[in-house]
Amino acid sequence: MRLFTPLAALAMFALPAQAIEITDVTSPMGNSAWLVEDHSIPFVSIEVVFTGGASLETDSNRGAVSLMTSLLVEGAGPYDAQGFAAAVEALAGEVSFDAGRDRITMTITALTENRDQVLDLALMALTEPRFDADAFARVQAQTIANRERAALNPNSIAGETFAALGYGGHPYATSSDGTATSVAALTREDILDAHRAAFTSDLVYFGASGDITPAEFGAFIDRVLGDLPISNTPLPEYRSFAADPGVTVVPHPGPQSVVQFGHSGIHWDDDDFMAAYLINEIFGSGRFGTRLMTELRERRGLTYGIGTSLASGRFGDSFVGRFSTANETVGEAIDLVREQFEWLANGGITQEDLERAQTYLTGAYALRFDGNAAIAGILASMQFQGFDIDYISYRNDLVRAVTLDDIQRVATRLARPDELVFVVVGEPEGIEAE
Amino acid sequence: MRKILRPLALVVAVLSPAAALAEEPQQFTLNNGMQVVVVEDHRAPVVVNMVWYRVGAADDPAGHSGIAHFFEHLMFKATETMDEGDFDAAVQANGGTHNAFTSWDYTAYHQRVAADRLELMMQMEAERMVHLRLDRSDWATERDVILRERGETLESSPDRVFQEQLRAALFQNHPYGRPIIGWRHEIASLTSEMANDFYRLHYAPNNAVLVVAGDVEAEDVLAMAQRHFGPIPPSEGLTPRARPTEPPQMAERRILMQDPRVSQSYMTRTYLAPVRRSGNQREAAAFQMLGILLGSGQTSVFERALTYDQGVTLATWAGYSGLAVDHGTFTIGALPAPGVTLQQAEDALDATLADFIANGVDMAQLERVRMAVRAQEIYGLDDAEGRASDIGAVLSVGLTLQDDAEWLGVLESITPDEIIDAARALDRRQAVTGWLMQGDA
Repeated sequence: MRLFTPLAALAMFALPAQAIEITDVTSPMGNSAWLVEDHSIPFVSIEVVFTGGASLETDSNRGAVSLMTSLLVEGAGPYDAQGFAAAVEALAGEVSFDAGRDRITMTITALTENRDQVLDLALMALTEPRFDADAFARVQAQTIANRERAALNPNSIAGETFAALGYGGHPYATSSDGTATSVAALTREDILDAHRAAFTSDLVYFGASGDITPAEFGAFIDRVLGDLPISNTPLPEYRSFAADPGVTVVPHPGPQSVVQFGHSGIHWDDDDFMAAYLINEIFGSGRFGTRLMTELRERRGLTYGIGTSLASGRFGDSFVGRFSTANETVGEAIDLVREQFEWLANGGITQEDLERAQTYLTGAYALRFDGNAAIAGILASMQFQGFDIDYISYRNDLVRAVTLDDIQRVATRLARPDELVFVVVGEPEGIEAE
Repeated sequence: MRKILRPLALVVAVLSPAAALAEEPQQFTLNNGMQVVVVEDHRAPVVVNMVWYRVGAADDPAGHSGIAHFFEHLMFKATETMDEGDFDAAVQANGGTHNAFTSWDYTAYHQRVAADRLELMMQMEAERMVHLRLDRSDWATERDVILRERGETLESSPDRVFQEQLRAALFQNHPYGRPIIGWRHEIASLTSEMANDFYRLHYAPNNAVLVVAGDVEAEDVLAMAQRHFGPIPPSEGLTPRARPTEPPQMAERRILMQDPRVSQSYMTRTYLAPVRRSGNQREAAAFQMLGILLGSGQTSVFERALTYDQGVTLATWAGYSGLAVDHGTFTIGALPAPGVTLQQAEDALDATLADFIANGVDMAQLERVRMAVRAQEIYGLDDAEGRASDIGAVLSVGLTLQDDAEWLGVLESITPDEIIDAARALDRRQAVTGWLMQGDA
């Protein structure tokens, strides 16, 4: 529903991810796209990424891009909402759109037997949406309900409070879906404006995997780009997360508190990003054996799970983590997290830790290329992030090239215990907001 | 689930992938009674290794709810030859991922690794099938972890608490009414002795199914399985599962729950329903098709009538869950639009259901759903892990590989009359209707 992721054989090895062969498709009109051509199963997955997403908004129309995106499949061309849905269902295809803070993603799945018809419907949704008044009112009401729901969800509260503390004045400060109030204020005119601003012919990236030829895919991308304008909405400035360190408590009823923590991070373009990525893997990727899981869960039973991530976006970055613990152990857990950041900043990671992470990451890389939909998504995202088309073939070499010296240098830069910001959502005992 | 607990979906209307165009799964039985199924898929050099045990939360002894799930966590502890943490370390050192999950009827452990690492995974699964050493493990800390898990994933969500209450009211005698994770006060009293007793009784090759899917040859997998699982003797005390069964249910039940953390009130109703039966899945398939027609997607009967035409709901749902040993369930529900009361939404939902029974199935809609079923035969081929999961679940509840292979075909062949008969069979005396409301508890 709409409203509601022995120790035998320590030798280095890696699956041949390079067995994934990417074709750089150039369309008749000179547009570019990446394709993994595989005719073994008669269907194709296509993913298209449009840069900007909700970052194109101002405070006054927050949520417009997200609502507009939801409305694309609620009536287009000759079809009203029911007619469009029935047309897609009759072909057993998928046409969907998702708005994020940096991008809008269009996802298409189509059987070979009726692929052209599904692609026609996808194009219709993209370029001829109707935004009918009844559809607008219905989806607006659903979105408001969804936002009201999020406003009472402790994970959402923690995330949104944290973002507001560290990204004031930047689009990353608020949810890309807007608030119940901001969505209620949106008009059909806002939706039309958002549609014009969000779908432009520059900064668009195409990935496909499955049963389609380069010529067929090239023809499709020309049709997508043919009718779209060049973007003229300015993209936001890049900003790192920055907030006063300390603890913020948001009262919320329940037996446990959700704690979000972190500070500034590192962008994916940074030369130190791979080292930082390995550090995060060792420290807080959430797998068993990672530092935070071992200290808080395995040793002390304080939480079911704790993880961190390098939340590197197109327009900002943070190094952020989250866990949930009983209200009476919040203080103990926060102290432990601080201690672990000290450990990290002061050279805690060992050569053995590094080698274990390198072995895991290089081995697990190929597991990502799991089916047409996953591959199409990776291809589009790699272009969005500015990777080379042959990155997959040397990515594991980059992982292996990181040394312990690199790790310690970047750990000092990445982990800043004195800058830690904690947001506690719950009824923590003995915690005073600083 | 040990690491990541997926949110409990209100709707369960998932089509299981079929194998019509794929290589047929191959099935073997070891001398000790262990079943082995291999699905060959040579498109990528990856393999999924799964061990399914035919034991779940519905087999928890009375008063010890949560023991099956607690035990799932303990399976990652020390064995005769491995220390705590070794299992994780070995999988990760081989570039793999792994996890486990517990249902009412089964518990499963799985790894995804490069195909040439399969034998090590099997060796470790065989080791922990019978050589776990809880006396060398920190089991009490793990019990704390589970209490935190219950607090985080269940008690922090009014929707999950509501679901738990609803299910407890639906089953009057069968242990399906207990939460998989267990009631908090009973989790807190679980001990390593209870876990050990549970282990000795239920963890054995004659109570397990090995499913391997990926870039492997069936005969190689069989040889490996014989090497590692073959020498393990079968459990002697194992008897067919005989849980307390439901008496005839005579009275409609209603539950009301208020919680300040609820933003929108909604109603949902769950009926008892038949399960998929080996060799005769038509009745279950009719319920599955009914669930899809009523509640799956924008053009479903409920969505079209209530959310689109009448505008009295923001969302509706319906779905069937029949992959179980003893009882299935069928659920419908509605989230009212602003200004519409729960009673009005419930009445509108019931009226729509009555109209559906009176007017019959829309053949154009039925054709669209049949097309989706046929398409699933193709889309499912792209998901070896999904196929392995379906096969494991099917075999764990007493169905056969043939039942699994036939399922999509049976779904496609279900007639409008069979669907209407299923709708008529929904009986409010065998159901619980729940209202979850905003307000002080």
